[in-house]
Amino acid sequence: MAKNDGKAKNAPRRNPAAKLEEVMTGTTVFNVPFPKDLSVLKTMSPIVVKYPYYVEYIHSYGQDSPFFAGLANRKLLGTRCAKCDYTYATPRLHCTHCGGETDWVELPQEGRVHTFTTCYYGSEEFLEETPFHLVLVEFEGVDTLLLARLIGVGGPEDIKIGMKIRAKFRRNSQLRPTDVYFVPAG
Amino acid sequence: MRPVYMVSGGVSKFEKARPDATFQKMVKEAFDYALGDVPKIRPDMIDGSVGSYFSDHFTRQLMAGIMATDYLGLCPKPNKRIEGGGATGGLCFQGAWEAVASGRMNCCVAFGFETMSHVQTWKGNEFIALASDVNFDYPVGGFYSGYYAMMVNRHIHEFGTTVEQMAMVSVKNHMNAYNNPYAQKRKRLTIQDVRNAEMVAYPLTLLDICVMSDGAAVCILADEETAFKLTDRPVKITGVGTGTDMMRMADRPHGEVILAPNEKKSDYKNLKYPGVHSFRAGRSAGLQAYRMAGIKDPIREIDFVELHDAYTSSEIQTYEDLALCKYGGGGKFVEEGHPFMPQIEYGLKLKRKGTIPVNPSGGLIACGHPVGATGLMQAVFAFWQIQGTIKKHYGSPELQLKKANRGLIHSHAGTGTYVTVSILERGW
Ligand SMILES: [Zn+2]
Repeated sequence: MAKNDGKAKNAPRRNPAAKLEEVMTGTTVFNVPFPKDLSVLKTMSPIVVKYPYYVEYIHSYGQDSPFFAGLANRKLLGTRCAKCDYTYATPRLHCTHCGGETDWVELPQEGRVHTFTTCYYGSEEFLEETPFHLVLVEFEGVDTLLLARLIGVGGPEDIKIGMKIRAKFRRNSQLRPTDVYFVPAG
Repeated sequence: MRPVYMVSGGVSKFEKARPDATFQKMVKEAFDYALGDVPKIRPDMIDGSVGSYFSDHFTRQLMAGIMATDYLGLCPKPNKRIEGGGATGGLCFQGAWEAVASGRMNCCVAFGFETMSHVQTWKGNEFIALASDVNFDYPVGGFYSGYYAMMVNRHIHEFGTTVEQMAMVSVKNHMNAYNNPYAQKRKRLTIQDVRNAEMVAYPLTLLDICVMSDGAAVCILADEETAFKLTDRPVKITGVGTGTDMMRMADRPHGEVILAPNEKKSDYKNLKYPGVHSFRAGRSAGLQAYRMAGIKDPIREIDFVELHDAYTSSEIQTYEDLALCKYGGGGKFVEEGHPFMPQIEYGLKLKRKGTIPVNPSGGLIACGHPVGATGLMQAVFAFWQIQGTIKKHYGSPELQLKKANRGLIHSHAGTGTYVTVSILERGW
């Protein structure tokens, strides 16, 4: 459980409340005890069973698809409203302000940290990647932000709001929004 | 619209896990408790129900709403499910209000539940994170504690809020819950305890964040005639408001503050609003409810608040949304002691303790957050507070406020996407 949590390093690490992590594995039971007297059944312990819950999901990015095609080609795409000029860093085909349709535009590949965090825990899917840093990126001349990972920093103390960061792209696209990530700018 | 009253409520004790009961049984416990508190009620007086639970993934049972309805014996009367993330319970409460206010029903049951123990914590966090855009947000590292951490880091940047001020919210709510037998976590903590707890998403520690729970809650709402038939102490619902905001935090505008009646434009010269530091939906919901209830100066006209403190940071942000203080003043507001209970000892030096107690029950941080039940739990605790029946229901009077004529309940979903505010008042 011990993780780098950014606290003082020289404090002794002794924890009387330490305990093993609970896991949901156990023994399969074939013979369940049963009483002769049915009136005691209400005091029986609950039976808890475990089974997998897994699906292959066929997800379409729909009208957002060009964003992912852009990432695969090292381009960061946003959209701009043809009617009111509002520019979205996280693209949407229709403008929330005027309802107009937007056009695809290329975003600058350098921006600034609008806000950030470092996640020491996470959803199960990302737990093995912890600790990781999340940033909301702001771009010059763009009205909205983009959520991305930041790498190339140690801990949260190395990240400052307003600091310049630069987009980088995975060479082998996974067609996920993490195909783009950010590093501190030069 | 007709006047609507709350006549009774019940809550199952929130626990980390309730393997002894399915969701129907937990709802039944809360329902029977509520019925027991208004002995004059007969089944034929109930016209229908509204049910709420957040996640089909947690339940792994579609149409769980009808299964709870049939377990309660409320078939073939009307029922529907209401869902809106963390605000599910608050929306359900307002759904029952709508049913009675419109005249469709004279008496409506609002029930809510969640069974979050059926998966492990990190899988549970994954389910919750699916309540963020799965094209752009979830795959980047979807984790709600991370989202709220980003929001509060911006709040700290804009306003100078401190992690110690956040920790004070945790101390307050855990201590309040010490005297609430329904609460899941009843602890005496210090600011240092909160800060020394394991870091989850910087700067939020384990003790800045609410836990997952199994639990259920029920509210019974009625029109005036039915209400006074059932109880001599009904609580009137005098204001309701519901606000919304863009799902993606990245999309939130940076415009002008929506002003509360006690604020001026010059209060916020350089503030871009809401950005990611404030909850516009909370402000919108609050102002609608204030207008309907005729409230102009919330801090003076409301006696206490039960608000959605999924994070210590979001409690501070919510003080501001609800105009209990100005935007940016939330940290100072808790530091000075305003939202603490006047009669409880916290081990903290507080200059102005108890102006407007917030989360006298202990809130989500200490009571637990079985999502679909949470907003209804707040209504039940506020209802007992206004009735003056805390001693009867908690078994001890410590948390009963002397003056509790008017309370505010606040329910909040994913980074502030849905927020409900309802005003409850002494109705007799
Ligand atoms: Zn537009």
